[in-house]
Amino acid sequence: MSMKNVLGAASAVAMLAATAASAETITIATVNNGDMIRMQGYTDQFTAATGIDVEWVTLEENVLRQRVTTDITTKGGQFDIMTIGMYETPIWGANGWLVPLDNMSAEYNVGDILPAMAGGLSHDGTLYAAPFYGESSMIMYRTDLMEKAGLEMPDAPSWSFVAKAARAMTDRENDINGICLRGKAGWGEGGAFITAMSNSFGARWFDEEWNAQFDTREWSDTLNFFVNMMSDSGPAGYATNGFNENLSLFQQGKCGMWIDATVAASFVTNPNDSTVADKVGFALAPDNGMGVRSNWLWAWALAIPAGTQKADAAKQFIEWSTSNEYIELVAANEGWANVPPGARTSLYENPNYKDVPFAQMTLDSILSADPNNSTVDPSPYVGIQFAAIPEFAGIATEVSQEFSAVYAGQQSVEDALAKAQAITNDAMEAAGYR
Amino acid sequence: MATQHSRTAARIMMAPAVTLLLGWMLVPLIMTLYFSFKKYLPLRGGDLGWVGFDNYVRFVSSSAFWPSVTATLIIVGGVLLITICFGVLLAILLDQPMWGQGIVRILIIAPFFVMPTVSSLVWKNMFMDPNYGLLSYLWEFFGAEPIQWMSQAALPSIIIIVSWQWLPFATLILLTAIQSLDSEQLEASEMDGASTLRRFWHIILPHLSRAITVVLLIQTIFLLSIFAEIFVTTGGAFGSKTLSYLIFQRVLESQNVGLGSAGGVYAIILANIVAIFLMRIVGKNLDN
Amino acid sequence: MARAVSSRRKSINTALAWGIGLIIFFPILWTILTSFKTEGQAIADPPVFLFFDWTLENYSIVQDRSDYMRYLWNSVIIAGGSTLLGIIIAVPAAWSMAFVPSKRTKDILMWMLSTKMLPAVGVLYPIYLLFIKLGLLDSLFGLVIVLMLINLPIIIWMLYTYFKEIPGEILEAARMDGASLKSEILYVLTPMAIPGIASTILLNVILAWNEAFWTLNLTAAKAGPLTAFIASYSSPEGLFYAKLSAASTMAIAPILILGWFSQKQLVRGLTFGAVK
Repeated sequence: MSMKNVLGAASAVAMLAATAASAETITIATVNNGDMIRMQGYTDQFTAATGIDVEWVTLEENVLRQRVTTDITTKGGQFDIMTIGMYETPIWGANGWLVPLDNMSAEYNVGDILPAMAGGLSHDGTLYAAPFYGESSMIMYRTDLMEKAGLEMPDAPSWSFVAKAARAMTDRENDINGICLRGKAGWGEGGAFITAMSNSFGARWFDEEWNAQFDTREWSDTLNFFVNMMSDSGPAGYATNGFNENLSLFQQGKCGMWIDATVAASFVTNPNDSTVADKVGFALAPDNGMGVRSNWLWAWALAIPAGTQKADAAKQFIEWSTSNEYIELVAANEGWANVPPGARTSLYENPNYKDVPFAQMTLDSILSADPNNSTVDPSPYVGIQFAAIPEFAGIATEVSQEFSAVYAGQQSVEDALAKAQAITNDAMEAAGYR
Repeated sequence: MATQHSRTAARIMMAPAVTLLLGWMLVPLIMTLYFSFKKYLPLRGGDLGWVGFDNYVRFVSSSAFWPSVTATLIIVGGVLLITICFGVLLAILLDQPMWGQGIVRILIIAPFFVMPTVSSLVWKNMFMDPNYGLLSYLWEFFGAEPIQWMSQAALPSIIIIVSWQWLPFATLILLTAIQSLDSEQLEASEMDGASTLRRFWHIILPHLSRAITVVLLIQTIFLLSIFAEIFVTTGGAFGSKTLSYLIFQRVLESQNVGLGSAGGVYAIILANIVAIFLMRIVGKNLDN
Repeated sequence: MARAVSSRRKSINTALAWGIGLIIFFPILWTILTSFKTEGQAIADPPVFLFFDWTLENYSIVQDRSDYMRYLWNSVIIAGGSTLLGIIIAVPAAWSMAFVPSKRTKDILMWMLSTKMLPAVGVLYPIYLLFIKLGLLDSLFGLVIVLMLINLPIIIWMLYTYFKEIPGEILEAARMDGASLKSEILYVLTPMAIPGIASTILLNVILAWNEAFWTLNLTAAKAGPLTAFIASYSSPEGLFYAKLSAASTMAIAPILILGWFSQKQLVRGLTFGAVK
């Protein structure tokens, strides 16, 4: 298309060298999700307004985690802003590794950040990271296929309805799977889904003495239900499907239902990418009549590592990128459906945003998620699809690998749960909990 | 032959390389040993004191340890087997007269230039993906059920990807060796009416033994520590966790540097066992 | 005396070799083709091979997002710098081993190779802490040093096997003529060893170019080479095959082209002493 861009690269280098010398430059590590990529495109406006240059280090999620964690724990000081999630923020904040975001300017209006998000990104009441976008999870379903199956999706369905609908919508001849869910190994992929789902079945990761709970009936119920439903009505090979794989399956019209991040709503309703854009309905993530739904809560947020010399410039950038002005800037250029969602209360009060079809359901999902009270029985940890303790990412990745082996038909549910129990207790012992 | 003078000069000239490598080996090794006896949890305040051999015991007693050693050996062995067998056959083929030999050589050598991250991404997404991968179209075209490569055949998939990367290297070394084979010797045997198989077995293969040794040695060194291929494809799931991946999981995912360092020491021991093993079997071949 | 071969057999050889060559090359070809498709065409069912609307859109998106030239430049410096530095250190060492061998030469050589077996992930924390202390994080200099050290054993070994094939008498003759050690290395040995040195350089440029652990973990915004460039294109949200292909093509094209042009030199010296 524009060959000029490709060829003009050399002059861009020269320009970069010229400007870098004059002003302050901050380095930001971020994840390669669509909203962040879009933000990079608008960075020029920030530089024009403040004179602060921005250098981006954009990495795929797993590499990013590895990179920023190494840097923060060793105080490497390579980044002035790090993009981290709801899992890392309270842990790092508690260790004193992040600059508290307590004296933000009045225009920024910290109070406007959705309480659920602010709560998840704080430690002891101090905010340590500003949400760039936030999400819960919900059901996205094909209205046409639901109708064809002769069913009607309630606003707040139960797991038994979802399983029934999934079986009814499945049409193997036409390559339509009743339901697409994450089975991919990794604590943030399949691990996050099954953990959130287990909450609604009354399961939990740990009892109050930090003993692993995989030997309980609740976990066995969760996993059996999931495996049965997926083998009846899920796509072949779901053991390696994560967010991205399911997104493209749904966009290609191969899924009847998909329970996943609320941010996916803007992708599946975007007619440029999705073949089913005008046939998507939304509902709350299912429950099991036990008072807890299976939706999670997550935010990608910007935090300033303690020790950076450029904390002020970094704070300026955070105020800019997570502000209402930024949301309006994106809305003006790309439409309201494409603004970063789930961070601010005022967005959901904005009459323009109310017209976006998934706005209300996103808000309802976020509001119904409570990280401090995520399980039916009491648990010692904070977090819904994770437990906010440093050991969790490692343990949950290993556990979810055992689960994925079940999904791939390589071991039984009982074996996987027994291994999960051993892995978890072993790691908790190593960390000194037990 | 060598004078005292030249011996001294030789020592001096070796000094920079030896010193540097000694430093590169000792500094990380000593730090790894140091950490391996510590309870070192970066996310819990770092150094939490000495723990003796706890980390060593814990690393080995984990249910993931022996499977990871097995997976490492299967991957290394599988790749070696494939690259050497196909490498020998390809080298013999390329040694035959044909049209466009130069271009064919260019085609075959190409995978060696592709960075492991890229080749893993390309294979995983564009070939082995169960929905959009080219291989699944191929399977469907022949009326077969597409394979779920990354879950049902994780180890074979990784072996295929890594073999693809290393086959050019093996082929090239073996080809150079074959080309140095005395063609008169071959012709003489041809005259004698020796069958192709006999010629291969009694003349070509013995001639190649030295080159095969070299391929074995160099590839083993590189293959023992493969990481990107697993990180990008399976993330260690479905039984594809090698020893170096297990160490990664302990150090970075679980943030337990002490435990991971103990694993590092085991990996060094394993590497040395393999090395000694190789030297014994193979070293003789290099000497003559 | 050339072997007489029937043209039938030559045809069979040609067909077989070309077939295998194309199969081996196909993943790269497919990546290049896909980089010119739209995201929709990239996953089209059935796959489209040549007949699609060729577009440069992916390249322009990739270039808009990340400054390719800077990553490329860093890759060139890191791969080139580490190789040159390695050669400068390795030539004298390999010379001593080849021409003034002692009983321990073989052991030293094997020990050097064994340093390559240390699993990189196991020493990430130690090295990272060391780099912080030395102020080398995210610097090209630091990466040049690390990659030089990683590949030094291979460089020394390649040069050693190559030097060993040079008949010692030539050097002795030079010595008789009163040549100093320096001129012996510079004027007698080096010219004879040029093919070996050239292929050593090439192999190590390739190895350093493709190294993806240290180059990713020790860099941030300034020193990241093409391996870091690729890390921002693997598995983002949505369809990404075409963009991934474009980024991949950009990352491997320079080294692929270099490799193709110099493959004769590469092959000539890539024997590791395997040929007697």
